[in-house]
Amino acid sequence: MSNTIVASHLRKRYGDVRAVDGVSLTVEDGEFFGILGPNGAGKTTTLEIIEGLRQADGGEISVFGRSPWPRNPALLPRIGVQLQASSFFERLTAREQLRTFGSLYGVPGHKADRMLETVGLTDKADTRVEKLSGGQAQRLSIACALVHEPELVFLDEPTAALDPQARRNLWDVLRAINTEGRTIVLTTHYMDEAETLCDRVAVIDQGRILRSGPPAALVRDLGAATRVSVASGLLSVEDARALPGAEEVTDDQVSLTISTHDASPVVRALAERGALDGVQIKGATLEDVFLDLTGREYRV
Amino acid sequence: MSSFQSLARAMFLGFRRDRGALFFTIALPLFFLLIIGGLFAKQSTPKSKVLEIGSVGVLDQMPADMRAGFEKSLKITRIADRDAALSKVKKGDYDAALEQNGDQVLIHFSAADQVKSGTAQGQVDGLVQAANQAASGRAPKYTLQAQQVEDKSLKPIQYITPGILGWALASAGMFGASTTLVTWRTKGILRRLRLSPVPIRTLFTARVAVSLGIALVQTALFIGVATLPFFGLELAHYWWMAIPMVLAGVLAFLAIGMLIGAWAKSQEAAQGVTQMVVLPMAFLGGSFFPIDQAPRWLRVVTEIFPLRHLNDGMVKVIARGAGPASVLPEIGVLLAFALVATIIAVRVFRWEQI
Repeated sequence: MSNTIVASHLRKRYGDVRAVDGVSLTVEDGEFFGILGPNGAGKTTTLEIIEGLRQADGGEISVFGRSPWPRNPALLPRIGVQLQASSFFERLTAREQLRTFGSLYGVPGHKADRMLETVGLTDKADTRVEKLSGGQAQRLSIACALVHEPELVFLDEPTAALDPQARRNLWDVLRAINTEGRTIVLTTHYMDEAETLCDRVAVIDQGRILRSGPPAALVRDLGAATRVSVASGLLSVEDARALPGAEEVTDDQVSLTISTHDASPVVRALAERGALDGVQIKGATLEDVFLDLTGREYRV
Repeated sequence: MSSFQSLARAMFLGFRRDRGALFFTIALPLFFLLIIGGLFAKQSTPKSKVLEIGSVGVLDQMPADMRAGFEKSLKITRIADRDAALSKVKKGDYDAALEQNGDQVLIHFSAADQVKSGTAQGQVDGLVQAANQAASGRAPKYTLQAQQVEDKSLKPIQYITPGILGWALASAGMFGASTTLVTWRTKGILRRLRLSPVPIRTLFTARVAVSLGIALVQTALFIGVATLPFFGLELAHYWWMAIPMVLAGVLAFLAIGMLIGAWAKSQEAAQGVTQMVVLPMAFLGGSFFPIDQAPRWLRVVTEIFPLRHLNDGMVKVIARGAGPASVLPEIGVLLAFALVATIIAVRVFRWEQI
């Protein structure tokens, strides 16, 4: 397997701000790759350098083995970029938008129409973009990124501002695209989204990659405690503390929660006592990794 | 469909579905034409009003064809009472009063309106001469034939139509180009196109083609309405030279609009600056009133406006009947405006918001 994207030591400054400060990453063919980071971390600039929209101040970037800068018309048909949900021609219907953007790549009309089906907008084909809901516009902008069947797709917070149903629906679409063998690079604020979809993620902050790898591996490496909780009243706090492997115990009158780094003996002991009513076992999530790496302080 | 065609189609549909744009490019200018043109159409050169006291033989015995010509410039009303007639002339209700005593024709006039009373005097003088000549029983030795060389004093509709059309073309072209470019940038359409393999000039040529098409439709509608009998625009022989004039003019307006759009950061800025250019240009460029009467320095200053040159050229070919070659200088100036503005716009152009 070879690499679709190879970036090494990318650098970009805006005035005094080092937006990208030595980012190196590789994305393999067919991979679903996530770039995570707080606002202003440098995600967007990194993506723009890879897409060929900005020139890096330093470092090397190759996409399909070629440099995306200066604008490389041979590379562009192989890349699809999802843009903000407003980047449409005014007053055109969903179908007209897709056909127009498709024609830029020589995609025939009927093929463009099929993409409407892929993103579930067939019944909105004749609706003008101004009348689409946020989720529908989002899906249309993804359809526009995919209309020419690119091998590499960039998605910038595709599910922002979507309701849970629309998000799930979109996840299915993205998984299907990835299964077809397309490489996807995604930025998102939603850690559950990255955890569900991505083969590998990179956590980026202040222009640097803090850590990268498969989400599960990052979570495991965090070494955070697992929390086992059962319904309150099944056993006392003291009894719980005495269980093998138990570290911290709290009881909020609804649930009794035991923190542990070794969940098996705790669960076994609870099972022996018949105290498993309403049991929930929560491990650390990618969100914990993210907060651990980027800090918990609120950022403006 | 090629990418050029489909981009042009997308832009045209966007325009056709934009009620605001349709109103400002088509309806509002036509409305102006209706009002201003309608006002002037009613107000054709007013006739001198003449009272005929009792019976004036030279008037009443005039041959019918001569009388018809006579009544083109004079409106004759019969009146019996001489004193009443004189007082009406004095008050300015009538321009002159005629009476005949035997062989003497007497004309009473007021000094209040010398032009009209002059017209009346001249006409009556001619009438008396003709009557004398007829009384001599001999055929006239000399005859006069009047032939107009050109229409020096333009009928208002003849310059109102090109003027308002010029203003309509200028505002449609400039607003269209400047706000479109800013919208494309702020909404990310430029980015989307930049990420596609289509050369960027395709986008701009598509936009220019659509604008030229819209301009031709505006022109056709305008000339069509103005030539209706109610308005009475008479097209000169080489009126079709208006087409290259319009195209050259719109290119200049588009280029200036693009320049504003390339520079402006927001929609509001683009609109404001465009308005600041279009409005003075329309007034000083001779769109709403002819600039010929203005002081010389002002006429020189207004040459910085492309609209001035478009209006000049359009009046020449639509109204004055000038030949095709006579507007080549105007076309050249307009194309030069387009070229210079385009060069600056390309230098100022930014792909992205920041």
